[in-house]
Amino acid sequence: MKGNSYLSRKIHSLLGVIPLGLFIIEHMVTNYSAFEGGAEGFSDSIKFLNDLPLVFFLELFGIWLPLLFHGVYGLYVAYQSNVNTGRFQYGRNWAFALQRITGVITFIFVFWHLYQTRFQVMIGEVKHEELGNLMHDIASNGFYFVLYIIGVLAATFHFSNGMWAFLVSWGITIGPRAQRISSFIWMGVFVIVAVMFLLSLGAFRGDEFKEAASAALQLTNLV
Amino acid sequence: MAETTVASKTVKLIITRQDAPNAQSYTEEFEIPYRPNMNVIGALMEIQRNPKKKDGQATAPVCWESNCLEEVCGACSMVINGKPRQACSALIDKLEQPIRLQPMSTFPVVRDLVINRERMFNALKRVKAWIPIDGTYDLGPGPRMAEAKRQWAYELSKCMTCGVCLESCPNVNDRNSFIGPAAISQVRLFNAHPTGEMNAAERLETLMEDGGIEGCGNSQNCVRSCPKGIPLTTSIAAINKDTTKHLFKKWLGM
Repeated sequence: MKGNSYLSRKIHSLLGVIPLGLFIIEHMVTNYSAFEGGAEGFSDSIKFLNDLPLVFFLELFGIWLPLLFHGVYGLYVAYQSNVNTGRFQYGRNWAFALQRITGVITFIFVFWHLYQTRFQVMIGEVKHEELGNLMHDIASNGFYFVLYIIGVLAATFHFSNGMWAFLVSWGITIGPRAQRISSFIWMGVFVIVAVMFLLSLGAFRGDEFKEAASAALQLTNLV
Repeated sequence: MAETTVASKTVKLIITRQDAPNAQSYTEEFEIPYRPNMNVIGALMEIQRNPKKKDGQATAPVCWESNCLEEVCGACSMVINGKPRQACSALIDKLEQPIRLQPMSTFPVVRDLVINRERMFNALKRVKAWIPIDGTYDLGPGPRMAEAKRQWAYELSKCMTCGVCLESCPNVNDRNSFIGPAAISQVRLFNAHPTGEMNAAERLETLMEDGGIEGCGNSQNCVRSCPKGIPLTTSIAAINKDTTKHLFKKWLGM
């Protein structure tokens, strides 16, 4: 990291918003289709994503590489910080500590979640049409369900509070009033995004995902 | 007459002590007679006069640094009941007892409560926190400063390099090269000055290197701790804006 940590830190900060912030919103919208449109809505959303042009490069440059850099450099940033919330129990200091704690939780969660879903698709264990069924199995497992709730809350807090910090670090919200209003807005975003993710996580527990996926499976078996 | 009634009242202190820079630290308890309107410096002077621990055993007098005794020099910063602040403005009447005194251990401890704030002065040198006016001939009068600007810049000039903001910052530690809030605010001060502005890019570029402004993690403890009420987080965000602009201008070759 020698040379210019200013540039690395700036890239880390930018990648957190573009593309990773955009990706988490896209992920939320896709998942929400499971709550709103059921199994059919969810598989339609997945089909839409897979039909995007150059989907491999979109994933590579929009998700994989930024995620790797932001995650690994983020661990280094977390390592460089002390936690002194015992001595300074201010809201922003708690947010500072939580940003690093949720970052590490999100890092672990994302890798585990990728292994369970995207990696299984990649090695051919699971087909895109069966992802609803896979999520049904995961969400129906009580232990996994709790871990997913923790992971989702950590990721959404890290995203929302990270957006607040991004606006400060790039010199957009400067004065205390701007920063206070910004913190209200982003905590509101945190609640909305978290609720939407949790609703979709709950929706995956519904039986229709089991049936719909097995129907899709039967169809492919027939063909 | 009044002395007999106040002499029975005492002040209890627990002080973290350290005999040498690399020695192990330890705590000692003191109990000294109370006097009205006493501050922490007064209590330390009392211990110096009669260096005896609470149990009556003799000990070496406690070392500390102080100078102005009116919260403008920054020398007597220490951790008092868990919070970094100036000992001179810490009044005994307003402190919970026993009063715990610790050195600001973010800095190298020299002895007892004496710390070495050299890194702060080095930081000021690094960012060139001054206005270069020396030349081989008379440069003449500089441009005038707008009154509205002077008013907020004056607030930044109150910084006494006391180190409280660095002590409260979770990102000032030996794993992190962060320069600390004080020097960044000084860059804003000297970049705001009409003559200092002529070297603005130089100061910004120093903060855009390793151990510059990027170490700030927005915990905002600094602004809550600053004894002079300097808007440190506003300074940091303003310099974030200036460095961002400078970065893009450099890329675009402007």
